[in-house]
Amino acid sequence: MKIVVLVKQVPDTWAEKRLDPDTLTVDRASVDGLINEMDEFAVEEALQLAEKHGGEVTVVCMGPEGATDAYKKALQMGVDKAVFLTDPALAGSDAVGTSYALAQVLGTLEYDLVILGSEASDARTSIVPALLAERLGLPQLTFASKVEVDGTSIKINRQTDYGHDVVEAGLPAVVSVVEKINEPRYPSFKGIMAAKKKPVQTLDAAAAAIDTARVGAVGSWSKVLDATVTPPRSKGTIVTDEGSGGVELADFLATKKFV
Amino acid sequence: MLDPQLPAEYEELRKTVEEFAHTEVSPVIGDYYERHAFPYPLVAAMGRMGLFGLPFPEQYGGMGGDYFALCLALEELARVDSSLAITLEAGVSLGAMPLYRFGTQEQKQRWLPDLCSGERLGAFGLTEPDGGSDAGATKTSARLESAGSGGSWVVNGSKSFITNSGTDITSLVTVTAVTGPQQEGRKEISSIVIPSGTPGFTVEPGYSKVGWCASDTHGLSFADCRVPEENLLGERGRGYAQFLRILDEGRIAIAALATGLAQGCVDESLRYARERAAFGRRIEQYQAIQFKIADMEARAHTARLAYRHAAALLIHGRPFKKQAAIAKLVASSAAMENAREATQIFGGYGFMNEFPVGRFYRDAKILEIGEGTSEVQRLLIARDLGLPA
Ligand SMILES: Cc1cc2nc3c(=O)[nH]c(=O)nc-3n(C[C@H](O)[C@H](O)[C@H](O)COP(=O)(O)OP(=O)(O)OC[C@H]3O[C@@H](n4cnc5c(N)ncnc54)[C@H](O)[C@@H]3O)c2cc1C
Repeated sequence: MKIVVLVKQVPDTWAEKRLDPDTLTVDRASVDGLINEMDEFAVEEALQLAEKHGGEVTVVCMGPEGATDAYKKALQMGVDKAVFLTDPALAGSDAVGTSYALAQVLGTLEYDLVILGSEASDARTSIVPALLAERLGLPQLTFASKVEVDGTSIKINRQTDYGHDVVEAGLPAVVSVVEKINEPRYPSFKGIMAAKKKPVQTLDAAAAAIDTARVGAVGSWSKVLDATVTPPRSKGTIVTDEGSGGVELADFLATKKFV
Repeated sequence: MLDPQLPAEYEELRKTVEEFAHTEVSPVIGDYYERHAFPYPLVAAMGRMGLFGLPFPEQYGGMGGDYFALCLALEELARVDSSLAITLEAGVSLGAMPLYRFGTQEQKQRWLPDLCSGERLGAFGLTEPDGGSDAGATKTSARLESAGSGGSWVVNGSKSFITNSGTDITSLVTVTAVTGPQQEGRKEISSIVIPSGTPGFTVEPGYSKVGWCASDTHGLSFADCRVPEENLLGERGRGYAQFLRILDEGRIAIAALATGLAQGCVDESLRYARERAAFGRRIEQYQAIQFKIADMEARAHTARLAYRHAAALLIHGRPFKKQAAIAKLVASSAAMENAREATQIFGGYGFMNEFPVGRFYRDAKILEIGEGTSEVQRLLIARDLGLPA
């Protein structure tokens, strides 16, 4: 079985993030980049399926030049090879543009299954899996908390608010996974050493036959007009009880129309 | 001199273990420690990461790394917890390493893959109730019966304080034993592999320890314990020289562990000093606290340089005995002092077991004792300088 797993490099979730005032995008230079957390579950699932059924796993990553940490982590975990799509024209792509670019890269590869995380911790649109399936003309199985593959078909538990649905489709298909699905492995030292020798193919927009008018800030259907940082919470009022504390509290609640 | 930058793959390993320690170990280890319970699930996870196979070649199930890589992993683990770090150190450096260094092809094939995977643990028994530092005073004996034709060693005696010797997954203990009469003023000492569960081999109940409470330590006793002749490890009569080599290396690993503890004290103190206020100011604003933390950082830093230098000498096949002794001496002292200062910065909370610094305080002292006391390190350094025995 040939599996493609998609990963994104995101700014460290725990680091303090800044928006670049000119482009209104996250200032990625100022924080450490790492693999989007949910994508580690996608990589783990791909590896487990390949270990069980045999086959090959390819990681595909789209990102700015030098954003190599995410696919490297996937290689260290055990993925066989990487395709890295990078081109200045892709900067600022929205979900629609991103799904188009990724679909073009997938067009250059052979696969039976595409796996990706349900959401990226930076943009959090959660719609790339569905957009991508649509572009590829493949069944989409989203929010998977369990995946079973059987020769030509795939069955997943689709996590819902009330429990899960069981959904089945023929292969090839696009599957997005949730964190419940598995426990991602930590790379071993052997994996770290082996990753240095694994093939990495770097593509620019032209090599993936991407029409640059359809990607990047120019090609995006949506546009960020303004961005405001949440103001820090104000200090609040401290009431020292000198006999009238109860009255003051009641007055406060009344003026705020809580009572 | 040293390249100030770690090579990329070592740095990746360091980061991976750092992440593991923070995400998997930190939230749960306090509870194991409190219950004096061995953290089997964490040891299994470390096994899956390949930590127990770090310095061994792939043909035995190892990671194809080296001793330097092992030391980095120990430092990062010990920044969060020493019980797990010593479990790894003893498993690799004392349990598996003697087999790798001195074992026959068959012995390596038989024992190492399980030990490298972390599914089983190995132990090394040198210390006896009547003597640790003076390892030549070994009293445990092994007598060879019907040599040559399916013969066996009959072991009698006891060992004290043996790490990893009594877990559910312990596969063997390599013990030093007297195998022959005195020659040239010295007893003939050899190493013998005793598989767990061998009749006549008793693992005594665990000790009540001051620290390392989530690690496994037992006294062992041997009463006419028989193992096959081929369980002799390395040459007969070479036991003394073998464990000296093992202990020389092990000191670097203990120094790495001590460095981790010293750094963990800095990490915790920085965080706490930022949060805690006294007399209307955060305590990080007091110079008395700043200087403590600056001194702690300086000690952790010098300890790190010392162990990394010794480890670099070791993996390049250069003499490292003195540097290893120096590393262990300064790193264990740094750990001890940093634990004391970190506890001070935490005030009363530092005396509570629920805070990591309380654990650090309890775990630091053994570093000046195990695998050669600080006095023994000074003796080694003095000998190396040519001072008389
Ligand atoms: C938790 C724990 C785990 C351990 N794990 C293991 C293990 O896995 N395997 C193992 O074999 N051992 C293990 N040990 C034993 C440890 O290595 C010994 O305790 C240590 O080597 C000291 O030996 P001792 O306790 O017999 O002290 P002693 O040798 O009796 O020393 C007592 C004091 O005398 C000093 N001293 C001794 N000789 C001299 C001298 N010539 N000059 C100056 N001062 C001297 C010592 O420095 C020390 O201060 C462990 C111990 C502990 C507590």
